[in-house]
Amino acid sequence: MTDLVPLALLMALATYPSRAIPLLVSRFGRLPAPALAYLRLVGPAVLAALAAVNTVVAVTVTDDSRRIPALHVGVEWLAVLACIAIVGWRKNLLLGILVAVALVAGARFAGIA
Amino acid sequence: MSAAGFGFVYGLSARTAGFSPIEASAMSVLVFGGAAQFAAVGYVAGGFSWAGIVLLTAFLNARHLLYSAALAPWFADRPRVERAAMAHFLTDEAFALSITHLRRLGRRDRWGYWFAAIAATFIPWNLATLAGVLAGGAVPDPSRLGLDVVFPAAMAGLAVALVTGRRELVAAIVGAVVGVGVSLAWDPAIGIIAGGLGGPLVAMAMPGALMGIHPDAPDRLLDEPADRPR
Repeated sequence: MTDLVPLALLMALATYPSRAIPLLVSRFGRLPAPALAYLRLVGPAVLAALAAVNTVVAVTVTDDSRRIPALHVGVEWLAVLACIAIVGWRKNLLLGILVAVALVAGARFAGIA
Repeated sequence: MSAAGFGFVYGLSARTAGFSPIEASAMSVLVFGGAAQFAAVGYVAGGFSWAGIVLLTAFLNARHLLYSAALAPWFADRPRVERAAMAHFLTDEAFALSITHLRRLGRRDRWGYWFAAIAATFIPWNLATLAGVLAGGAVPDPSRLGLDVVFPAAMAGLAVALVTGRRELVAAIVGAVVGVGVSLAWDPAIGIIAGGLGGPLVAMAMPGALMGIHPDAPDRLLDEPADRPR
């Protein structure tokens, strides 16, 4: 089946401008110092937001297509915090991810999550 | 690791939603954006309109604008065609890996970007997608394996790697708090962008003394590629 391939193409077209415009517009390559300072901080801020939102917020979709966000409390919090601690302590992302997965899998296997 | 684990879970989800291997792989090759692909799986399974899915994709992936802007000064001297190609492979993982590498080097390294984007992200993501969608039937309950925590754990770990001072730490903490707050009040796609925009603003507004910066010292945050053409 290839029915969804055109949808993939449309999604790619919707994504590409946000990835490309700053890279292709030469003005972004010659930004003043305060703008560069701001952009330097974007990485940790976006990645931390991604991690936190994907850990703490669960979204349910209603029958009428509405997205309802809600606070999610679970073992995933502990797993992500463990990963942060390991990366900060041992500078080892792979180990941090493995420990996080093991914590969540263990808790679910034991029936406590 | 992150791309492979997350890609495998995406492949499993796509199979469950009825995607064929070609459709799941087309998403991973053409869209190459994990969160948007997961959302699309849920929406296709829910029978939503393509227009709604495309619009949501644009919102979910709008954060790449920030990544692209942060990388632009490092690659300003590269040919436009190469920058256009670079853009397609710009993901959360590719950005985090390459910006960390570039800052460590203190100079441009386009091959570092290509390695992060292709070898460390695009290839594992696509192979894992295929593995997930083909082998999905053999995994009775994927959620029990804990693979869903790979993505947030990887993002958190990559953020830690980018925290090299108090200002970055403030940006990360504020980004996370704002992200969660706006997500709960509105929508996660908006929350992530709000966190990414608001965290740096608050961090930059903090007085230098609080950030451990001597008043006479040049602010390290104002650095830029060492070989930047003038």
